[in-house]
Amino acid sequence: MMAVGSPDLPVAREERQPAVPNAVLAVLLFVGAELMMFAAFISAHAIGRANMVEWPPPGQPVLPLESTAFNTLVLLGSGVAMRYAGRLYDDGKVDTSFKALLGSLAAGTFFVVFQGVEWARLLADGLSFRATPYGGFFYLIVGAHALHALVGLGAVVWMVARLGRNTLRREAFQAGRLYWYFVVALWPVLYWRVYL
Amino acid sequence: MSVAHDHDHGAHDAHHHEMSFIEKYIFPTDHKYIGKQYMFTGMFMALFGGFYAYVFRMQLAFPNMSVPFFGRVSPMEYNAAITQHGTVMIFWVAMPVLIAAFGNFLIPLLIGADDMAFPRLNRLSYQIFLVSAVVLIASWFVPGGAFGGAWTAYPPLSADARYSLTPMGSSMWLIAVALEFAAFLLGGINFIVTAMNGRAPGMKWNDVPMIVWMICIASILFMASVGPLVAGAIMLLFDQNLGTNFFDPRRGGDPILWQHLFWFFGHPEVYVVLLPATGMCAEVIPVFARKKLFAYDTVLYTTIGTGVLSFFVWAHHQFVAGIDPRMANVFTITTVLISIPIAEMVFLYIATLYGGSIRYTVPMLWALGFIFAFLIGGVTGIYLGASGADIYFHDTYFVVAHFHYTFFPIAFIGTFTGFTYWFPKMFGRMMNETLGKIHFFGTMISFNFIFLPLFATGLGGDHRRIYNYNNFPELATPDLQNLRILATVALLVLIAFQFIFIYNTFYSMFFGPISGTNPWKATTLEWTTPENPPGHGNWPPDNMPTVYRGPYEYSVPGREDDFWPQNQQS
Repeated sequence: MMAVGSPDLPVAREERQPAVPNAVLAVLLFVGAELMMFAAFISAHAIGRANMVEWPPPGQPVLPLESTAFNTLVLLGSGVAMRYAGRLYDDGKVDTSFKALLGSLAAGTFFVVFQGVEWARLLADGLSFRATPYGGFFYLIVGAHALHALVGLGAVVWMVARLGRNTLRREAFQAGRLYWYFVVALWPVLYWRVYL
Repeated sequence: MSVAHDHDHGAHDAHHHEMSFIEKYIFPTDHKYIGKQYMFTGMFMALFGGFYAYVFRMQLAFPNMSVPFFGRVSPMEYNAAITQHGTVMIFWVAMPVLIAAFGNFLIPLLIGADDMAFPRLNRLSYQIFLVSAVVLIASWFVPGGAFGGAWTAYPPLSADARYSLTPMGSSMWLIAVALEFAAFLLGGINFIVTAMNGRAPGMKWNDVPMIVWMICIASILFMASVGPLVAGAIMLLFDQNLGTNFFDPRRGGDPILWQHLFWFFGHPEVYVVLLPATGMCAEVIPVFARKKLFAYDTVLYTTIGTGVLSFFVWAHHQFVAGIDPRMANVFTITTVLISIPIAEMVFLYIATLYGGSIRYTVPMLWALGFIFAFLIGGVTGIYLGASGADIYFHDTYFVVAHFHYTFFPIAFIGTFTGFTYWFPKMFGRMMNETLGKIHFFGTMISFNFIFLPLFATGLGGDHRRIYNYNNFPELATPDLQNLRILATVALLVLIAFQFIFIYNTFYSMFFGPISGTNPWKATTLEWTTPENPPGHGNWPPDNMPTVYRGPYEYSVPGREDDFWPQNQQS
């Protein structure tokens, strides 16, 4: 009845180059869904804040603005290093790309550790998770970001290991960078909404 | 997280080796088997959903009598049955069957791909879904029983075990829902990536069959709307278990906040399940009208328009929740606006029928039944979307009847449309037409007898969250009670007719007549596979299809056959 496809046509499926590689597209969609989740956290935070007469509520400590601002810069530095790692990789300079990626990993790790120290200090100062939505939202939103940063660091470690052996595929690197940019770019927004 | 899966193309290597039973049926990566797993899990869950409906309808019609197969229904059990019915039917029946099962089964076949973009991610998606279903069913049997705060889980009642009286059930409910969302997030990413990057050579955007568009747009809606609900679910889980106060007004929380987070997801969700069902009609109607789908581009644009608008209507669920009346005006306008693209789509399907040579096969009957039933659901929605009328209708059985006239067509009529149409592709055999028609008419008639009376009781002031009307003398009148009994009896008839479907499905699966590869003489790519049902990889790797034209070329003048498959050059 019919020829299924045409045998004389060179159908080479695996060689076709999609506009956006599978892995990158998948991370893009995932990040989109995550952004909506954080948008909801931020709007919920704004509503919680509007409902309170005093912000911070009486007896609750003020959030550390300056040290977190410094830490924000460190995380942004990690993002810049990641960007360089990508460009150098695309130029074929795998060795320098590897160094830039290590730099990004170091700055990212510093950020997470520093946040952990801050968090411990706030707990000691009596910022309560339960007493008011003020503390609840702080731990919820910053904790959600920290969780994403930890997953991102895991991905960066994986990329470092693969790039060191030069077995990192281009799409995987692109996808991993994309996720890390999401972690980096989200933070200043959270800093603005939660701390300021 | 997807980084680790970026080269997930194990399917290609497996092409020519025989798969063991476990590889094929228990841990498959083949999109067709994952689709069938979703399909049968969803249908199995529908038995639960239906059973819960039977339990609480019996209690409403015959208060405090012992219900056969269940016993006396306590108030807690009544609440739990209502909650489980709603949750199961939407999240464990409509979503897995319409999106996950048909999406998995159809997308690679209809776009001419050998499998999904990420087959192992796909398998993981089903496994997470299965765990979520087990958690939900198990919650019925834990101390305190299953969650009874309705599928909307409004706080503060849901936020504290002192109010909900289900210390474990409410958290298990939330965890099950969260797991299920993780599963569909993985699935949705897979669908969109596959449809973007896996299309056969020559398949342009407007050569893509409508069902693929609809499932992808539905997946985008799902992914864009689910984030706020996940955020809200985390906050509610913390309120329940860690003592935070996001939603509890006693210490500065805001219960209305949950309603916004929930309905920001909840209303697009209606369209998430609606679009695949309308997509099935878009596939089935041209085949059995032997006519091109009328205005392909317009159907597509109305779908996108519906999707965009669906994000701006959520507060019509909250007209009586104390929102600003000016705000209610805005949401009245957007809600009434969204009926325009949907009405447009219905008109286009009717226009497709016009002048066609219509064949009343079972799938076609279901597709027409969908349009008829959904129309009633849509039109009654306009009354509820207008804030002035909604203040009176709110929380009456009018609302229940309205959304069952949308959800029943979506979850069941839509599923039957797709299932009976693609059954030959799934199992290689034809279903019995006579049994199919008996099932169709039995279901349609009894379905209308369930929900038409509920419009009447709702208009009579029947509140929907009442366990026993005898406690409310003005609602316990014989007029209203007779309508309630009519609805319940019709439900029993409806359930009885489903056994015909179950028998027909399993009998035809093994003993039905062999269908051949293209029994409906349809044009889309799934009907061009050399094997039927298609083997692993769908087409031979050296003979994948190439597309030359649109998906609905029926009755093209000057051709001998009245259909022109997408992959035929001339």
